[in-house]
Amino acid sequence: MTWLQRWLPHPLFTGFLVLLWLLMNQFSFAHLLLGSVLAVVISLVTQPFWPERSRVKYPGKLLVYLGRLLLDILKSNLVVARRILFQSDDLKPGFFTYPLSLTDDFAVTMLASTISLTPGTVSAHYDREGRTLLIHCLHLDDEEALIQDIHRRYELPLQEIFDD
Amino acid sequence: MIEWAVNLAITLFAVSILLNLYRLAIGPDIVDRILALDTLMINSIALIVLFDIRLSLGILFEAAMLIALMGFVGTVAMTKYLLRGDVIE
Amino acid sequence: MTVSTMPFLLELVVSLFLIAGALFALIGSIGLARLRDFFMRLHGPTKASTLGLGCLLVGSLLYFSFQRGTVSVHEAIVTVFLFATAPVSAHMMAKAALFRGVGKGGPSRNYPDR
Repeated sequence: MTWLQRWLPHPLFTGFLVLLWLLMNQFSFAHLLLGSVLAVVISLVTQPFWPERSRVKYPGKLLVYLGRLLLDILKSNLVVARRILFQSDDLKPGFFTYPLSLTDDFAVTMLASTISLTPGTVSAHYDREGRTLLIHCLHLDDEEALIQDIHRRYELPLQEIFDD
Repeated sequence: MIEWAVNLAITLFAVSILLNLYRLAIGPDIVDRILALDTLMINSIALIVLFDIRLSLGILFEAAMLIALMGFVGTVAMTKYLLRGDVIE
Repeated sequence: MTVSTMPFLLELVVSLFLIAGALFALIGSIGLARLRDFFMRLHGPTKASTLGLGCLLVGSLLYFSFQRGTVSVHEAIVTVFLFATAPVSAHMMAKAALFRGVGKGGPSRNYPDR
């Protein structure tokens, strides 16, 4: 186990690199060999740069989350398109702070990215000490409802996925 | 029909690029210009992909991916420079 | 263009994806050009342009997969990369704008003072 851990510090990352190499080239045994060697070497060399690793407890739930995120991205684009084209003069943009209950770094990154990709909100600043996220909203009318919505739709599933 | 659709899409992306160049020219702040450059990068990837379909080559994706990589790294480096006055700390 | 062998339905779907992508990207760029404040302008490119390019790449994936007879995954990699990086660069730009005080006293309410 220790031997394996020393040579494969990030098994998921290594597997991802092999898969990426095979997808970028035609599948053949030579490419599999070259890709594996490159993946092992790259994950060994970059090991000191990695922050402490996050644990994805439920990969299945992550897939469900990503699928719903895709639908939300489509919906949010229609909303933003309508606002840009037809209501650009009576928009009321504004900032609000979102209190985080997540602690895991990677989970917070996922949440911030989700917020940036969904209806009319962009995350602007992460306050590590105060544990808040500053969010800019293209049309801010009900701050509390928006905070509740983000919490229910995105933060709770992320908390489950990362078991945070 | 695909030829027609590709031509229309190329026209629309060309208009988008003109709008980005307009924002790049008038600014007013340097952050607006970085944003305009970032969008310009996305639109030029789209143009490359469309030309790839138009010419039936299927080999320009490496170029598209390289531009995506360089554009992302460039944007982050420029904002990092604005934030810290330094790219690598 | 050698599209004579392509079934009509697939041609239609690919064309729809290409045009939808182009329209989304155009809307993003219109937003970039005409909205009043930097933080409002940030919304157009991060959402619309990213999704526009996503649609375009899906169309291209379908087209080349049919033409070659094998699944062409390069587009999928570019799409995933773009969807992962667009929010990060938007976050960085917003941070830089806050740091420089861009848009202070503009239309955005509750501008944070730091």
